[in-house]
Amino acid sequence: MELINALVAVTNYVIIPATAYGAQLALGALGVTLIYSILRFSNFAHGDTMAFGTGVVILITWGFQAMGISFGPLPTALLALPFGIAVTAALMLGTDKVVYQYYRKVRAAPVVMVMVSVGVMFVMNALTRFLIGVDQINFDDGTRFVINARQWRDMTGLHEPLTLRSTQVITVVTAIITVAALFWFLGKTRTGKSMRAFSDNEDLALLSGIDPNKVVAVTWIITGALATIAGTLYGLDKSFKAFTYFQLLLPIFASAIVGGIGNPVGAIAGGFVISFSEVGLTYAWKKVATYLVPSWEPDGLVQLLSTDYKYAVSFTILILVLIFKPTGLFKGKIV
Amino acid sequence: MIRVENLVKSFGGFRAVDGASLEIATGSITGLIGPNGAGKSTLFNVIAGVHEPTAGRVTMDGEDITGLAPHELFRKGLLRTFQIAHEFPSLTVRENLMMVPTGQAGETLWNTWFGRKHIRDEEAALLKKADEVLDFLTISHLKDEKAGNLSGGQKKLLELGRTMMVEAKIVFLDEVGAGVNRTLLNTIGDAIVRLNKERGYTFCVIEHDMDFIGRLCDPVIVMAEGKVLAQGSADHIMENEAVIEAYLGTGLKNKVKAEETAETAAHEDHGAQPGLGDEAGHGGDQ
Repeated sequence: MELINALVAVTNYVIIPATAYGAQLALGALGVTLIYSILRFSNFAHGDTMAFGTGVVILITWGFQAMGISFGPLPTALLALPFGIAVTAALMLGTDKVVYQYYRKVRAAPVVMVMVSVGVMFVMNALTRFLIGVDQINFDDGTRFVINARQWRDMTGLHEPLTLRSTQVITVVTAIITVAALFWFLGKTRTGKSMRAFSDNEDLALLSGIDPNKVVAVTWIITGALATIAGTLYGLDKSFKAFTYFQLLLPIFASAIVGGIGNPVGAIAGGFVISFSEVGLTYAWKKVATYLVPSWEPDGLVQLLSTDYKYAVSFTILILVLIFKPTGLFKGKIV
Repeated sequence: MIRVENLVKSFGGFRAVDGASLEIATGSITGLIGPNGAGKSTLFNVIAGVHEPTAGRVTMDGEDITGLAPHELFRKGLLRTFQIAHEFPSLTVRENLMMVPTGQAGETLWNTWFGRKHIRDEEAALLKKADEVLDFLTISHLKDEKAGNLSGGQKKLLELGRTMMVEAKIVFLDEVGAGVNRTLLNTIGDAIVRLNKERGYTFCVIEHDMDFIGRLCDPVIVMAEGKVLAQGSADHIMENEAVIEAYLGTGLKNKVKAEETAETAAHEDHGAQPGLGDEAGHGGDQ
């Protein structure tokens, strides 16, 4: 019985939150990895793109709520998501026209593109704050729990509680649908193949029936969609704050690089590696420890790292991977 | 017809192409030879739009095409292959070919989701064409293989196949035989001749293998130090003193000449010069 309680505690405090967080990171990392493999630079503006997309989704959600439109037990934000994606995609295309297009034309070095994206990041961050402010916003208005602590106790009679929030389920389900759609798109459609071809060999792509402008436009649209979905899911699961998305940039890049940057499967795997490490290392294992070894009464929390240091986990993994396996778990490519 | 007039391309102070003028007649298979560093590949790259020329003009059927970008030239029917074969390694051989034609309906995001029927018809037509091309090149068995797994020679064939997916007018082949074994080189040679005869493709071929050049090309243009040194039929070129000197240096020239005189004395008509072919060819495929 104690073993089951320990398992329940691990599931409740580690596996469920880390899975939801991993799905959010994976979607973010997919956006970074797509830009990296097709446009060939690290897009530092991605975190703030997520913030912008989420901000738009929140505004539209409020609009829907004011009009009395709701999505039943699901959060209204899901209904607002397609509109948010459209606005974000439009902003991406606009940014590309105004900023990135010029640097592509002069064939700027990747490091120049990275610095340009840092500039875009600041502008986008300001735009988001201008649009929606810097306050913490909770915009989840759906049913809060799929399983709450009481239902769990009535259901199983276990002493250890387990809760499953609906946003966690929504995150994972949405992520699965998004990833499936993306892989179908990249693998089966002509546009997706053009994107892969462009990523494989840009010179040859230019000598083929591949319109580089279309590939670039489609890449930005998909990136905008991924960023908006990832940002909204994160905001639903935790809460929205304009600055948190900038901080997410580190774990997102760590995910993409750990998995092998430029490789979509790697981005997903990397997201989960990072999230499980982060949650696992910052969780206080005292409860689980006392279940498993009842005679042991630990003095501390049996917590390897304080949650204040959770970003250090991404940093450490990032450095270790770059030293020992720079191509990542799945073979990525280094431009 | 491609006409190149006084083309100059310098990299810093080095003039890789130094006032080259030449013509590639429609319907010909023109060979372009010359020692390493003669400026052949640079000339190709300038004609194909990879590099902007420093000076000079390139015209195609009278139209000025100087400095046009590769994809613009592609749309005009001027295609090229690369010394080191280019392919899309993560796509299959068939997908590589299907990627070639321009302006496909499936390339827009809208059609991807809402124009499925239209795309399906187009894809079916492309698939048929790609399979025909693979059949022509005798590599049908490789159609579902990832192009990245092909051998160097098979990649060269695939490159040739790419030119067949569109209505090419002129195709520039850069060292089509480099690193290709003899049997495959013959397949490539046959394909070039058939494309030239049956479909009216014009070819311009850079190649070091003199047997290959002698069998396929007429006329042959010789470059050295960025300039056109000589032009004429393969046999004629190989007897040209300046050419032998450029290839072999003056020291060897006399020796070759001595052998030549002996051979000419022995046979009236001896065809390609084995001496020149062996010395100058890269010989990696023997």
